[in-house]
Amino acid sequence: MNFDPRIGEAFARLPDYLGNHVLVSATALGLGLLISLPLAIAATRRPGLRWPLLAFASLIQTIPSLALLALFYPLLLGLSALTERTFGAGFSALGFLPAVVALTLYSMLPVLRNTVTGIVGLDPAIKEAALGVGMTPRQTLFMVELPLALPVIMAGIRTAAVWVIGTATLSTPIGQTSLGNYIFTGLQTQNWVFVLFGCVAAAAFALAVDQFLALIERGAGERKRAPIALGVAGLAIILAASLAPVLGRPAATYIVGAKTFTEQYVLAALIRDRLASADLTASRRDGLGSAVIFNALLAGDIDVYVEYSGTLWTNQMGRRDVRPRGEVLAELDTWLRQRKLRMLGGLGFENAYALAMPRAKAAALGVRSIADLAAHAPQLSIAGDYEFFARPEWAALRDAYGLRFRAERQMQPDFMYQAAAAGDVDVVSAYTSEGLVAKYDLVILDDPKRAIPPYDAILLLAPKRAGDEKLAATLMPLVNAIDVEKMRAANLRATTSSPEEVARWLWEQVRPGR
Amino acid sequence: MTQAAIVLDNVTKAFGDGARPALDRVSLRVPARQFLAVVGPSGSGKTTLLRLINRLTDQGEGRVLVEGRDARDVDPIALRRRIGYVFQGIGLFPHMTVAENIAITPRLMGWDDKRRGGRVNKLLKLVRLPQKYRGRLPSELSGGERQRVGIARALAAEPKIVLMDEPFGALDALTRDALGRDVRALHDKLRLTTVMITHDLTEAVLLADRVVVIHQGRLIEDATPKALMTSPRHAYVRELVETPRRQAERLGALVGKRP
Repeated sequence: MNFDPRIGEAFARLPDYLGNHVLVSATALGLGLLISLPLAIAATRRPGLRWPLLAFASLIQTIPSLALLALFYPLLLGLSALTERTFGAGFSALGFLPAVVALTLYSMLPVLRNTVTGIVGLDPAIKEAALGVGMTPRQTLFMVELPLALPVIMAGIRTAAVWVIGTATLSTPIGQTSLGNYIFTGLQTQNWVFVLFGCVAAAAFALAVDQFLALIERGAGERKRAPIALGVAGLAIILAASLAPVLGRPAATYIVGAKTFTEQYVLAALIRDRLASADLTASRRDGLGSAVIFNALLAGDIDVYVEYSGTLWTNQMGRRDVRPRGEVLAELDTWLRQRKLRMLGGLGFENAYALAMPRAKAAALGVRSIADLAAHAPQLSIAGDYEFFARPEWAALRDAYGLRFRAERQMQPDFMYQAAAAGDVDVVSAYTSEGLVAKYDLVILDDPKRAIPPYDAILLLAPKRAGDEKLAATLMPLVNAIDVEKMRAANLRATTSSPEEVARWLWEQVRPGR
Repeated sequence: MTQAAIVLDNVTKAFGDGARPALDRVSLRVPARQFLAVVGPSGSGKTTLLRLINRLTDQGEGRVLVEGRDARDVDPIALRRRIGYVFQGIGLFPHMTVAENIAITPRLMGWDDKRRGGRVNKLLKLVRLPQKYRGRLPSELSGGERQRVGIARALAAEPKIVLMDEPFGALDALTRDALGRDVRALHDKLRLTTVMITHDLTEAVLLADRVVVIHQGRLIEDATPKALMTSPRHAYVRELVETPRRQAERLGALVGKRP
């Protein structure tokens, strides 16, 4: 029987992804219980505390989980900068910490609510009896209230556990490796086996934890030791088995960052391979948001990644003017140096924003450039990735050519091209190095007014690595080595092969002395 | 004069400002080994009176003495462990077995397992429950059996004083009668001081040595059962006594007609 090779690869990544997922969700849940249980008990003693506490927990629950996770990154970054200034020691604001803080908050509501309800709802005659037989308030709590409320409290803990495990998949974009890496990578590279694998793994993990907690709950309810022991043992085995590979692994010296799309995964894999070939251990942080990744580099949470000059020009430097390539790179270099970052050089290709449309449709309308498009735009619809319509490039294009479309839609990039090919949308935002543009027979429209700034792919090093000559020497062979045709071919390959395979293929194409 | 087990000295207790006090200037002296019944309608303040004795309710004005000491000066937890308490709602801990329920106060006081086990055996005999009930949960018992466990629990730490708040309130007539007689027998056998609250005057006069009547927070009658039944002074008490007397006369007539 032949299995899809992607299944084998998914299993190979399981120890890393699952281990990190267990680590972050177990820490968050443990911390959540440690905070919520005493708070809930305090609230049963002070009715005045009950309402604000539950209102606060409910409020947190209404924040979309992805946003909650994303919010803690800048918050902790600021805090880290503050401790750096006052105590001379910062901490990593990327990945584990923000994920744990957000998930801890997320776990609180069900535990708080069920504990308060469980204890407050007990028969008053029982509480009276506890006092009457001479129990102290503490004894009343531990001998009567908690044991009797335990089934309700356990139900809350089970809900919290399932929520935390599910939501932890969303901690990938803020740099915490989790089972969500399957889902985010899979979505980007059209690897549905990965997406499905990630969902099934997260669900199976949540289900297993829930069932073991249910055993403990049953044992507590029926006052039987065996189910409790079985449940605790089950949880302990899950923890130990999944954490062993993560904790036992030597920490990587270098961390390579990657944004949330295919090209970045391929380039991160390539950089990691290069480092490994020079005996520099490195790990990857995949799927970081555009804004997160630059700050992560500044803070030293990651050591190296591939950025695009235009992104820094508009997003970080806040520039609205469009300059020739050379000037942009020169100004950027100065700006980066001021921040103690090092630009090792360009990789040799541009990945600029562009507009594309199906070849047949463009020919039928006689559209070759964006200037031609402007006249037809009011009858056409356009789709862009999640960032596109909020980016200054779009504003620049729109203003330069007076573009006014019938409809604007946001889409996952890979679906976007398919939608254009199928005729669901007429024009799409595209990237010049994108492999799928050719696959779906789209044409990239010229930008005669040069409204879009240049987008050279550049290698950036963190401030603490700026003077690391071994690192620089190892990565130097990549500078000016990859032209746009090769990158496009690599990106196209990545729709059917894993980024690691494509990275090896790409290296064969560009290695010196080939 | 023997030392009184319980003394209430001009006690007033109000809940909230401006409200009519639940207890209004009540004085009462309960000698050791007396079985006192406190009778009154619901809301009369009789439960407040009971709760002041073991400080389930905190003292208002006046003094409460238990075994010669001001209840305010003793640790309320220690006080409650020294006084048996039987609840109207029975209040057994549903997650504990019969034996664990009975042995709870000794456990809180740090008795060892063996001593507790022996005490449970003895108490099961005293309240006439079979030993096989030890491991059962309260939910597996009948109402009467449950209150027997409640009484055993109140007696477990060998208290000298037992407070009972409508102990038979939730039981059927036959069970009430049987349990009532057993309680009286235990009172005599163990030389207890018992304060029992009831709204049933018949029960009070048949079991107690002395009956006090509380009405709207005031102590309005304090008499032996016989004196209460034959020469009640207060109008409310006369009314109260009327029903059981009439019932007794009619029952007597019915019984007398038999050949």
